[in-house]
Amino acid sequence: MAQYHHSLRFDPERCEGCMSCMRACPTAAVRIRKGRAVKLADRCIDCGECIRVCPRAAIVPLTDQMADLSNFELKVAIPSPALYSQFDSEVFPSMIFSALKQCGFDDVESVSPACDAVTIATEIFLNEYRGEYPLISSFCPTVVRLLQVKYPELVDQLLPVLAPREISARDAKARKSRETGLPPEKIGAIYITPCPSKIVAILEHPGMRRSYLDAAVSISDLFQTLAAAVSRIQETEPNMDTVESASGLSWSFLEKFPRSLPAENTLSVAGLPNVIRILDDIEKGRLRKYRYIECHACPEGCVGGCLTVENPYLARGKAIKLQQNLPAGCIVDRREVEASYRKKDFLMDEYLAGRPLRPLDADISAAIHKMKERDRIYADLPRIDCGACGAPSCRAFAEDVVLGEADKTSCVFFWQRDLEDRIEQLAELIKAQRRNIGGQL
Amino acid sequence: MMHEAFESVYNVLGRDFANAGKVSTSIKDTLKRLGINPAVVRRVAIVSYEAEMNLVMYALRGRVMLSVSPDAVTLKIDDEGPGIPNIELAMQEGYSTATPEMREMGFGAGMGLPNIKKNADQFDIRSEVGQGTSLFICVKQAA
Repeated sequence: MAQYHHSLRFDPERCEGCMSCMRACPTAAVRIRKGRAVKLADRCIDCGECIRVCPRAAIVPLTDQMADLSNFELKVAIPSPALYSQFDSEVFPSMIFSALKQCGFDDVESVSPACDAVTIATEIFLNEYRGEYPLISSFCPTVVRLLQVKYPELVDQLLPVLAPREISARDAKARKSRETGLPPEKIGAIYITPCPSKIVAILEHPGMRRSYLDAAVSISDLFQTLAAAVSRIQETEPNMDTVESASGLSWSFLEKFPRSLPAENTLSVAGLPNVIRILDDIEKGRLRKYRYIECHACPEGCVGGCLTVENPYLARGKAIKLQQNLPAGCIVDRREVEASYRKKDFLMDEYLAGRPLRPLDADISAAIHKMKERDRIYADLPRIDCGACGAPSCRAFAEDVVLGEADKTSCVFFWQRDLEDRIEQLAELIKAQRRNIGGQL
Repeated sequence: MMHEAFESVYNVLGRDFANAGKVSTSIKDTLKRLGINPAVVRRVAIVSYEAEMNLVMYALRGRVMLSVSPDAVTLKIDDEGPGIPNIELAMQEGYSTATPEMREMGFGAGMGLPNIKKNADQFDIRSEVGQGTSLFICVKQAA
């Protein structure tokens, strides 16, 4: 089995096996073994729901630290627009950019122009597309991985247009290389990320030969230093120019309809349980009349990322307020984007393949046999999903038993019944023995 | 060669819109765990969903019987309901007897039965007015 990259690590030193993560995991990728949470790598989609609920901070996001970035001669920060919404709406992106420079970055590249350009590229793609509908957005790495793992037959419907963060990283590297004469590989493009899944996107670059981003530092790790820098800047005068747009900012939160695309026959959905319901409906052929569906794994979109610091609803409110002070229209030249699109600058350059969960058995006959066995075991279980066995549900436990990954006696109910049976057998035996002895006397 | 088959029966209640679609989701998940080819899973998902919704919208109650063998997925769907007076007409694309409220919910484009037939390798429909309808659908694993 191929090894998959992941952006979370379970720390056995801190974990107390409380099952919070196991219950929160939307893909049943957590088990409790020997009193500690463990991750099933092929099932995990790096959504970070476990990070949100862990009371012991035992799930460590594998985002990069500033100290890890010293090997780049020049570091450009690419902040997710979700970063802006972590501050009060009087804090303009220009101040945040200056603060990022004070935190050790050499330059900062706004994602807004790339957001507007990707919207245009998406429009062109949609107009020329003749395949199955609906197309599904591909900018959220967790959504991409969810499709690869649980909906492999829908992978061909992922929009093959690159995410704005990648376009920004490419543009920033080209610009800095021109300005400084440094080769692009000496320039680090560092995403300031609201979630750990961007790490996986950088390492695995689905649909791309390689990612233009080199690392990702989390908003939560950076926030304290950044906030201190921002307050220093507020006292002096903001000095950095940024190119922002209201539409660019809107990429960080859930809107009624996707961006500036025509509202007709498009949908926006956020939060994994909701995304899963929509994907189920797409699979059943129910949403064919929709042309494009935008899916955010986090509640309210990237502003609700598990590595942000602000309440997602407050953050969304702040983003909307900030939008009112930004240019409303498109900030890039449409014809330029069109020309660039024709050179395939906006399209994925590698086939994005599904990687379905390993079935019960590679051989269908054997899988059928195991499925029947699974159902027999399940029928014997209490079906209350208590979790004491270390699996999130009785169904998952029955499957683990069939796959040889758990023992039936790990179920306390099964174990108790088994014990009672044995006691009864023993009692019968003793009775019989007594009768025998009595007969002899 | 005879192979062992996996069988499962699902009950569907007419007008139970709160649970509509759950049977086809469950069938689809089962097929994935069995390692059935994704293209086949998708066709069965579409077929079972359309059939399930027909049950929910028109019938009093019905049963979906799934059988999976290494070469094919078959569905037998029986319902107690009004039946279909003219099957030939019902099989025509765009023909629909959906009420305005069903259309409101996005159904009743007259594509249900034609869609089932289109996605099935074998398809049979029998109906008796006032009694009910039964469908037989087979989707083969390999071409």
